[in-house]
Amino acid sequence: MRASLAISALVAVPLLSALLAAVWSQRGAMCATGGLLGVMLALMVLLLPDTGRGMTSLAVGEWQPPLGIMLRADGLALAFLVMSACVMAAVLFSARRVPADPGQTGEGRRQWAFWPLALLLWSALNVVFLSRDLFNLYVALEMLSLSAVALVALDGKAEAVAAALRYLMFAMMGSLAYLLGAALLYSAHGTLDLALLADLRLGELGLAEQGSGTGSVGGTRHDGLREGGAVNVLAAGLMTAGLAVKTALFPFHAWLPPAHAGAPAPASAMLSALVPKASFVILMRLWFEALPGLASAALLASLGTLGTAAVLYGSLMALQQVRLKLVIAYSTIAQIGYLFLVFPLAGGDTFTQPWAAGAWTGAMFQALSHGLAKAAMFLCAGVWIIAAGHDRLDGMRGLVAETPMTVFAFALAAVSIVGLPPSGGFTAKYLMLTAAFASGQIVWAAALLLGGLLSAAYLYRPIALAFARRDEADFAPVPRVLQVAPLLLATAAILLGLVSQPPFSLLQIGLPASAVEGLE
Amino acid sequence: MSVGLPVLILLTSLLVAFVTFFLPQDRHQVRNALNLGGAVLKLGLVGFMLSEVAQGSIYETRMQFAPGLFLLLRVDALSLLFVSLSAFLWLLTTIYAIAYLRGKPHLSRFFGFFSLCVAATTGIAFSGSLISFLIFFELLTLSTWPLVVHKQDKKSIAAGRSYLAYALPASTVLLIAIVWLESAVGPIEFVNPGDLRQLSDTSLRVIFVLFIVGLGVKAALVPLHGWLPAAMAAPAPVSALLHAVAVVKAGAFGVMRIVLDVFGLDRMAELGLALPLAALASFTILWGSARALNQVEIKKRLAFSTVSQVSYIVLGIALASPFAVIGGLVHLVHQGLMKITLFFCAGIYDERASIRRIEQLDGIGPHMPWTSLCFSLGAIGMVGLPPTAGFVTKIYLGIGAVQAEAFWVLAVLAASTLLNAAYFLPLVYRIWFLEPGQAIVEGPAPTERPTGLIAPAVVTAFAFVAAGLLAASDFSPLAWATLIAERGYLP
Repeated sequence: MRASLAISALVAVPLLSALLAAVWSQRGAMCATGGLLGVMLALMVLLLPDTGRGMTSLAVGEWQPPLGIMLRADGLALAFLVMSACVMAAVLFSARRVPADPGQTGEGRRQWAFWPLALLLWSALNVVFLSRDLFNLYVALEMLSLSAVALVALDGKAEAVAAALRYLMFAMMGSLAYLLGAALLYSAHGTLDLALLADLRLGELGLAEQGSGTGSVGGTRHDGLREGGAVNVLAAGLMTAGLAVKTALFPFHAWLPPAHAGAPAPASAMLSALVPKASFVILMRLWFEALPGLASAALLASLGTLGTAAVLYGSLMALQQVRLKLVIAYSTIAQIGYLFLVFPLAGGDTFTQPWAAGAWTGAMFQALSHGLAKAAMFLCAGVWIIAAGHDRLDGMRGLVAETPMTVFAFALAAVSIVGLPPSGGFTAKYLMLTAAFASGQIVWAAALLLGGLLSAAYLYRPIALAFARRDEADFAPVPRVLQVAPLLLATAAILLGLVSQPPFSLLQIGLPASAVEGLE
Repeated sequence: MSVGLPVLILLTSLLVAFVTFFLPQDRHQVRNALNLGGAVLKLGLVGFMLSEVAQGSIYETRMQFAPGLFLLLRVDALSLLFVSLSAFLWLLTTIYAIAYLRGKPHLSRFFGFFSLCVAATTGIAFSGSLISFLIFFELLTLSTWPLVVHKQDKKSIAAGRSYLAYALPASTVLLIAIVWLESAVGPIEFVNPGDLRQLSDTSLRVIFVLFIVGLGVKAALVPLHGWLPAAMAAPAPVSALLHAVAVVKAGAFGVMRIVLDVFGLDRMAELGLALPLAALASFTILWGSARALNQVEIKKRLAFSTVSQVSYIVLGIALASPFAVIGGLVHLVHQGLMKITLFFCAGIYDERASIRRIEQLDGIGPHMPWTSLCFSLGAIGMVGLPPTAGFVTKIYLGIGAVQAEAFWVLAVLAASTLLNAAYFLPLVYRIWFLEPGQAIVEGPAPTERPTGLIAPAVVTAFAFVAAGLLAASDFSPLAWATLIAERGYLP
């Protein structure tokens, strides 16, 4: 009972505080703090061992699927909920302390619009992590995208609005593709619940049609389902494409850099750290929970190839940027590329070695640690923008004397992004690499390693510049409290590797069997 | 107690590091007390542990991460060889650094990362598994960078860039080697490395090469040594740390672990890897010496000398005969003591008399007697003349070469000794026998004060002379190296 109350609270509390903040615009920060406290309380209830932790489910309004919507807090959901709560806490804390910047056009709007939008985004995010219904996921994803777009446009500058519009276009295309896919699935099977779809075992039918299936096709299934094979593949393909656009997978990434670099720093932190993770989680739910076995080797390989291309493209672009926020934004594209390696690595052959089956968990670690580290980086950028007045790299010279704590935080975050031990990024890389080597898929291992080196190269530049000496430093002072939030986030990214046992066992709760056995 | 002791020793440096980071620049007393206190405490604990391990105790602490990933601290005799060296030199280098950096900016940052480096080194020595080793190895890479760029001028930044440009690809290679091996064999602990036979001989050979490349950057094996001379841009205590206590030694120690524990001397010989490794080490010895010969800056000459000297360690291990292995093991300590003395002195020359180039050394002996005495002893030790510790190493390596029937190694040793003499003895000659140059005669008399600057050099000089004179006693580094070799690695 307490647990289901907590699940409802995770959705309702941010939503209510968003409404409150919209109405009571003078006290936005206070509403946000209230929302934060509520969510943290709910998470604590869910993480307590005696609440049957993990697999608590809640049928909304007590309507069971296929009529109703299921919310379920499994390990995956809880891990992402906790990560986003950490990020949101840091973001809300930082946004509250950003000193007013007179003369900026968006200032008034920023005052009253930031808090409701951020809280709305958070609520949508929580729904995405918890929901077990493809249409409900669509609604949450739309809410998420719209609030994200609005956050990009918050400053009201011409380029920010242009970036927001471009983002909106991409997001709409993605939504359409996803919705079309969901509609196809619904018309064929009459349900959009993840568990019910999984029970239909759509994958085995697809294999049977290709004539190469190894799984036995029971004679009890009726023929209508059998004909649905092509529809299933089409629907899954459409949904995957739509979600890939929203996750900014190469080559659908064009909207991300201007949007993430154009938003105010606390907003960028949310956009880069959290928003792409939502659509990625849906992708994981779709393939590993609802439709395991539908994937063909070609699909897995092509998703892996796109991921690799993203790693290389994002890193090379990040190397060429002259603005820090763009470096960080392109780095997000590269880091998202790693996530897609999970498809060939966890989806491929079954493994003979038990310790090699960690690719799925590795990808989750990657998503979690990237979230923490990337948010830390954008908040660092925010600190430096206050200090230097801009985020051009050449103006960062000598920042280490002015903001040592922030340089340290950025370096810690970089350790995790590069994947050096001991950090969450390293745990992710180790798990995925072991899987790659154990299954003989050296190509993906090469992508992981090369990506690590490239990220070291592009993250080295800002750090080295900050360390370079500048005698006539004329930086504006930055309040010390603002520097604490990124340091805490970056430390959390490191701790994710240093104490990886609790998050690891958390992720094993409700681990889909296909994550261990492979998709094919 | 026995479980917690390794952690406690690790924490002496780690906690000092974290507290130091947050100390304001002007809290000199607190910072110095903290760092010195940590170092003394650590040395005491290590001393206690030495006596326990000598009687056969083994310490083990395990911390579980994700499956396959765990932090294993396991203290055996080999760990202690490295840890006692680094604990002893940490204390001396801290004393030296406090005196050397007095009145300079950013001291909290410096001492914070300095302690972090030592913590990483301790972790490397205590690591009981490949992954634990990698974790601390990387921590060392990262915590050294801020020290290398400490002066924040162009040259330092360039040195730091070169350091990372070598070190990060190397760690990627190391990671490949580890993951490749572990994905076939399972998580590897040094005490029980699993059955490597699951991999083909060719794979094993490739993995071995990857390991040597990954570790060879830190061990400064030619052609992976380029970062080391460049890193001379750092302040003298950092050079001392890089060359004697931490970085280079971490590489050499890693080679020991891989050869002795993971592969084992027998398998290395079966796979035909011993000879190439010995050849690489020999080439590095000669190349480093040859390059040292034409350096005109004192610190650069010392740097190339390090490149050459560290490979004695690798050479001893690669020869795999009893005396050679003992000689290699003991040189880890001997080289550390001698090289740190030289760097302490080079730092004093630079700081107190602005002597950076070799020709400026002329006639400095009588003006800076203590520094010059220690420097000369270090030089003699490096050449390998009795009664210093360097002599012990060379004798053991020579006998080891004969045992291994690798007579060409004798030629390498002879040639290297001649080269060492050729680039060190002229310095000694200049210091004592040439007339002082104008700058020294006319300028203000150079001092060797404060005591904190010269005392560490005197102590280390005394230590390596004693290690040579008393090599046959039960408490010498040689006795400990013999104990290590007899306990585990020799038939």
